[in-house]
This record gives sequence, structure tokens and C-alpha cells, in this order.
Amino acid sequence: MGQSITQKIFKSHLRDTPTPENMVLDLDVVLCHEITTPIAIMDLLEKGMDRVFDPGKIKAVIDHVTPAKDSKTAAQGKIMRDWAKRHNIKDFFDVGENGVCHALFPEKGFIRPGYTVIMGDSHTCTHGAFGAFAAGVGTTDLEVGILKGVCTFRTPVSMKVEIKGSLQTGVSAKDVILAIIKKLTVNGATDRVIEFVGPLVDSMNMAARMTLCNMAVEAGATSGLCLPDRVTAEYLWPFIKDEYTTIDAAVADFTKWHSDSDAEYVEVIEFDVSDLLPQVTHGYKPDHVKDIPEMEGTPVDQIYIGSCTNGRIEDLRESANILKGKKLAAGVRGIVTPATPTIYSQALDEGLIKIFMDSGFCVLNPTCGACLGMSSGVLAENEVCASTTNRNFNGRMGKGGMVHLMSPASAAAAAITGTITDPRKFLV
Amino acid sequence: MKTFGGPAVLLDRSDINTDEIIPAKYLTEITKIALKPHLLEDLLLDGKPFDSHSKAMEEASVVITRENFGCGSSREHAVWAFEVNDINVVVASSFARIFRQNMFNCGILAMELSEQDIDTIFSMSGDITLAVDMENERVTVSSNDKGQDDFECSFSLNAYDKSLVSAGGWLAYADANY
Ligand code: SF4
Repeated sequence: MGQSITQKIFKSHLRDTPTPENMVLDLDVVLCHEITTPIAIMDLLEKGMDRVFDPGKIKAVIDHVTPAKDSKTAAQGKIMRDWAKRHNIKDFFDVGENGVCHALFPEKGFIRPGYTVIMGDSHTCTHGAFGAFAAGVGTTDLEVGILKGVCTFRTPVSMKVEIKGSLQTGVSAKDVILAIIKKLTVNGATDRVIEFVGPLVDSMNMAARMTLCNMAVEAGATSGLCLPDRVTAEYLWPFIKDEYTTIDAAVADFTKWHSDSDAEYVEVIEFDVSDLLPQVTHGYKPDHVKDIPEMEGTPVDQIYIGSCTNGRIEDLRESANILKGKKLAAGVRGIVTPATPTIYSQALDEGLIKIFMDSGFCVLNPTCGACLGMSSGVLAENEVCASTTNRNFNGRMGKGGMVHLMSPASAAAAAITGTITDPRKFLV
Repeated sequence: MKTFGGPAVLLDRSDINTDEIIPAKYLTEITKIALKPHLLEDLLLDGKPFDSHSKAMEEASVVITRENFGCGSSREHAVWAFEVNDINVVVASSFARIFRQNMFNCGILAMELSEQDIDTIFSMSGDITLAVDMENERVTVSSNDKGQDDFECSFSLNAYDKSLVSAGGWLAYADANY
């Protein structure tokens, strides 16, 4: 029986098998942010275990609330800052250089095919887009990762989601993953790793693949991943050019991580996107998904464009393309948060920031901000937000608020009309 | 080994997520005890806000719920919020992976029972108490309603999860083994 990419990664990183169902893996990278790491640092300090397994393999960022909004978030930042300094963690990103973790770390070239990656953050699955095994963990797992460079996982079970067909104009990776979550439900992939394959995935750029993998956890998956190929190699080229003579050589090397043709899957789902319409969530679960035409006309108070799902340059282009020359609907607030300083700067160069500002948007510094309802755009009770983020849980963006998840194009369309709107109307 | 069980509170819903267990705005806390008053603060049952400060909640050491409990974010704060409220067992027909792992990593029991057993418990009358026999992996559910018979069923624990619980959590285990 052949092996899946996940089995190959597990096998090559196996430290221990405490029981037949559990595998302890060596980690290539441990990622940290200021919401879940400070409490781990404090606990390690208290236990007299303030050590790190390898400062070069730990990458840290302050991103969720930045710049600090109050004394408590300032203290969280300070704990991270002091810790990074104390342990000589060079890849630490603070105000001015910081951005949303799952956009920033890939951009720095920290994630490579075949890597094992953990972070105290459920959307760590985003990094699976590079053909890595990347999973979100809690604080205790993070502490052990920091201290020992290992993490335990149940023996992997893979499922395959094969995506084919071509997307209509105005429909993007976000619509695809929302439709997949609707099909799988919020726990349809629990304890499984989703392999996204097929012609559509092959044709996607890294940004779209990251959008796809980002939301794998919303179907309960341990991780979601794509097989590393030429697109991956071209994205990573500036960081790997000393390791390979040519891009072709990198592409050839990456195939060692490809799943064997006779690898075993618990489930294979085929998904044809040819007729897929723009998608939107209703209710408080990410599998509560409808075609936008069914929700058309639902009023919104705020538009939020950003996050680890859709705050990349490709996403900002998609929104700006619709917003260009148009104004926010009266009474509607627009917020855009480029996910990293590089993206922000690129958006400036390309004139996208001007488009957003001319249409009446507030442009925020890179941060998670309103995505998790901690700062920069929290909703009041009974307010509604059209958002490019990944969670519509009750209270997520502020107590009593409602979040409708959608693509950057759909969020831009909602900005113009003040209601949920099919973005294709603006693309003819 | 510490004992598990006690008076139970029933949460009749599936897919209760970590934002409902502990909202993100409390993630700026750097002590576990600060989470205590906020457990299940944003929970909706039947579309209505749940009273998270009731007497039953105060007395509970067990929470019984349905499918996919603890889905959403990786925040271990969700487990700590139970821990500081003296909840030592959460019973569900299934758990989200990260939440379940966080429970065992903290030495708290995430007990999976079949949907049928959960249905039986939800159909019982009166106030419910859970007694857990870790060694034999049996659980007895009893009620203060005299007319209600006790219900007994078995559960199973992965050997590794069991060793985490007895080692006092994953940090102690990893420190000793790796
Ligand atoms: S943008 Fe939102 S989902 Fe992504 S890491 Fe930040 S808070 Fe989490």
C-alpha cells in the first residue's frame, strides 16, 4: 500500500510511538503569537523550564492586537518581546514589521514542503498549502513544542477532496472552500487531514491555496494541504535558490512528498466548481452556507476585508477591482486590513489603497483586529458585518453581532450596495 | 489517580464552539483564574442566552453535551475555564480534535459516549450525577428523582490519553520522556 503525503511527513519526522494510535513528531517550525504564547511562557517560567529547543526554529509575531490597545495587551506583547530577546529568537516581528501570522510567516519563506509545523492557533492549517503538515494546538502542546521540539498526533487519516471545473468570473477560492465546508459540515473532517487535489488546485496560486487550506479546520480537519509543485517552488524560489540549482530541480525534489497513487483515503470527494455561485454564510456556523442570490438584499452595517483567509494582495486586488470609482453605501462602514506590511506597501504601489480610501474605507495597519472581535472594528449588538474572515460564530466579532463570511469580491459588492450582493453584477 | 465525576449540567446542543465557551475578549488574561466568571458566557441554547451563573453551574463538576464539542479556535483557555470552575469531566458524543487534546494535556477527562447513551442521559428526569470508574472504564449516571433508575455504560480511553492523565499532563510526560 502506498503512502499519502501526510504519512510520508509523519514517517520522516517520527520520534516515538507511545501507543499504536499516537505518533510523537519532531517539529521543523514552532510558530508563536501574542494571544496563546505569553501564557505558555509564564507557565514555563513558573515551572523553572524557561528554555527553547532551538531559537532558529521558533518564529514569533505580535499580530492579534497590535499596536497594543490597553494595558493587558501591552503586557502580552511585552512578555513575547522579552522572551524573544532572552532566548535570541531572531525571527520575531513587532510593530512596524508585524502582520497576520498565517500571511506573514509564509511570506518570509519559513514554511517548506515536507515540514512539520505547529502553532497555538487553529488556522495553522493554512501552511498546508506548501505541502507541509501544519496543525493548530493548545497552549500545553505549544509549551512542549517550545521546550522539546516535539508534538503528538494521532496516526493520520487522510481524505481527498478533488476539485475540478473552472470558476466563473467573480467566484474564487473562498467560495470554493465555503461550498466544501457546507458539504462536509463542521465536523465532517474531524481527526482527518484533507488533501486538496485536482486540476483547479493545480491552477491556483499560493494565495488561493492558502485560502483553501486556511478553512480546513472549519470542517474539523487536523490540517488541509496541497501537494507541492511548480507554483510552490516559484513562490519559495527567493528562499531556496541556494539549495537547488534550478526551479526544475526543486519541483523534481518536491515530488518526494507527493502521495503515492495507491495511497489510502477514508473518503474521496469529487467537487465540480463549474456551476458554483458566490457563497455566503448565514447563522453562526461556517457550514451554514448559501448561494449569494438567496441572501441578496440582506442589509449590512460594516464591511471587513482582511485576515489570514483573505487579506493578501490578490484579495485586495479582487476587492479593489469592484470598488474602483465607487463609493461605500450611505451609513455603511468599510475597513480594510492588508495582512502584512509587504502587502500594504504593494497595495500602495499598485494604487489599491487609494481606491479603498476614495471609496470611503478606513485602512488599518496589518493586524487580526476585528476578525476575532478584540479590536479595530468590533460590532455592536445586532450589527451585521460582511466579512472576508473565516468564522461566523456567535459573538465572534462582538457580542450580539452577526458575521456573514464571503469572498473579497462579494464583500466589495456589499460595500457598494450596503446589502449582500452578487459581485458578478459589477463584473460584466 | 484523581477522581472524576460529580453533579452534572446538561447542554443540549451540538457544535458548541470555543468562542461560546470563552469569548476572545478574555484572551488577554494571563492567569487562568481570571477566566472563572466568563465560562459559557456567550452560549446560546435554543437560540436563547444560557444562564452561566446559575446554582446548578456553580455546583457542577461535569458537563454533558452532544456532538463536536469545543470546535473552533485552539485556545486552551476554553479548557482552563472549565478547570477553574472545578469541572473535571466533559461528556460528549464527539469532540473537536484540538479541544480534546487540550483536555488530556491538562489532565481533564474528555469522555466520548455513543449518541444513544447521550440520548438516554438527556431523557433522564431530575438532577443528574456522574460517577466515573477510571480503572474499569465504566460510568454510572444517577438522578435525585427517586422514580428514575440509574444508567450505566462503558467508555474507552486511549492508552496514551490515560497515561497523560496519570502523568499529570503532557508537559510532565514530555519532560520525562523526550
Ligand atoms: S486573522 Fe482571524 S482567524 Fe486569522 S489568525 Fe488572526 S484572529 Fe485568527
